[in-house]
Amino acid sequence: MIVAEQKPLEEIRRMIVPFERVLIIGCGTCMTVCGAGGEREVSFLHNALRVAQAKSGNGTHTFSEYTLKRQCDLEFLDLLVDKVGNVDAILSLGCGIGVQAIAERFPDLSVLPGVNTSFMGMASEWGIWDERCAACGDCRLEETAGICPITRCTKGILNGPCAGTKNGKCEANKDMDCAWILIYKRLERLEQLEKMRRYRPPRNFRTIPRPRRIMIKADIAVGGGDG
Amino acid sequence: MANSLFEEKLCSGEFLVTTEIGPPKGVDTAEMVHHIDLLKDKVDAINVTDHQSSVMRFPSIGGCLLVKEHGGEPILQVTCRDRNRLAIQAELLLAYSRGISNVLCLTGDSVDVGDHKAAKPVFDLDSVQLLKMAKTMESGTDMEGNELKGAPKFCLGASVHPEADFIEPQLLKFEKKVAAGAQFFQTQGIFDLASLRRFMQYASQFEVKILAGIIVMASAKMARYMNDNVPGIIVSQAIIDELATAEKGKGLRKGIEIAARLIRTIKEENLCHGVHIMAVGNESIVPDILETAQLVDVHP
Repeated sequence: MIVAEQKPLEEIRRMIVPFERVLIIGCGTCMTVCGAGGEREVSFLHNALRVAQAKSGNGTHTFSEYTLKRQCDLEFLDLLVDKVGNVDAILSLGCGIGVQAIAERFPDLSVLPGVNTSFMGMASEWGIWDERCAACGDCRLEETAGICPITRCTKGILNGPCAGTKNGKCEANKDMDCAWILIYKRLERLEQLEKMRRYRPPRNFRTIPRPRRIMIKADIAVGGGDG
Repeated sequence: MANSLFEEKLCSGEFLVTTEIGPPKGVDTAEMVHHIDLLKDKVDAINVTDHQSSVMRFPSIGGCLLVKEHGGEPILQVTCRDRNRLAIQAELLLAYSRGISNVLCLTGDSVDVGDHKAAKPVFDLDSVQLLKMAKTMESGTDMEGNELKGAPKFCLGASVHPEADFIEPQLLKFEKKVAAGAQFFQTQGIFDLASLRRFMQYASQFEVKILAGIIVMASAKMARYMNDNVPGIIVSQAIIDELATAEKGKGLRKGIEIAARLIRTIKEENLCHGVHIMAVGNESIVPDILETAQLVDVHP
């Protein structure tokens, strides 16, 4: 899933200054799970903005709120049509994709990002999110025992650990596991250490020309199998 | 025929001494030139570091040109941290065209340890891929197989960490570097000769030359600091304790004695093919180390 962090309240308050009527939009999928922008967070932020405005004594914003099932889908955004008529800006607590989907769907409306989209990852324990996939477009996890060196090595190197690893940790961050030590240990456990010996050529960045697009329309139209 | 004077010496079997110079942060190269003049006739080659510890400086290639101009034998250090494959190949072409053929191929320290922490870490290649790319260029094409107008020839080196606390994956990578074309290795700092002996028992099966990295410590405090902050350095407790016995103001002297003792033992016991002295900011003491290690006769 996509993991994000809500922006600091002060940054959000600076962004909304030019807009009087602000609609805060949450997202019911990833942002709800990672606690950055679900229904609960929308409600908290709504209150926090009102309280901050009352305390500061300046600002004449009015706020409304709504949480969509999913912001990154034009179909779901249709539900906003009758809610945006009387607002000046949308403050989206969706990920960067949600923010851009709103911008595309409502070309005449300003949309502001309320979260910093961080990475694709998982919760390794409650409240701790770790990045796991870099969406490199060329998955080689078979070769590295299911541990991604592109994502989890700070240098993203492919032919084994650098010399900076110490106590199994990374030179860039002593709290972070060295991906290549994890890979080595897991390959050893799986009796596949010969994979550590394989030369891995430089990455092919043509697999990720930005922005990327995947087209499966044709496949769907033609249909699969022999039916 | 050898591709460089240094390669010729690598083949000669004599005990080799290399050292390294860190270029200035700025355009005042006077001190660097002073160090080059001081060292060029006392060592077999001088590495010029490539933004060591990810701290932005005058470039390695610029320093190597100065070494060359002043009659020394340079070793270009190339890391993968700051340039993609196009830029690195171009730099290798430039280096060769200016008579710089010795290249130490490194992955490079993480951007996070340096002074431009917000920089984009490139790492388009790693050290093994870099070695292979340089080898490919020698065959007359770039890494994509496009023909080069004039092919370079290099003497390729790499790094290895015999004192890594988890050695097996490091050794596997060492083998990849050998297979990719590394002819010589300048090791990370050696502080415990037992680990060098163990490493050489294993490494001697390969047709490569090993120069043991010797880092000169100026104090116990510096050793502890490097242990905590400098990637790839593990100073043994015995060395830290010995440095701590130095009288106030005599730390560097103690560091010189330790370095010289390590070098002398390595040479006397014929542990490996030479040493690579890293004085980290104290380049001017290298002659003193050589004298203390009684190597001056080897390199008058």
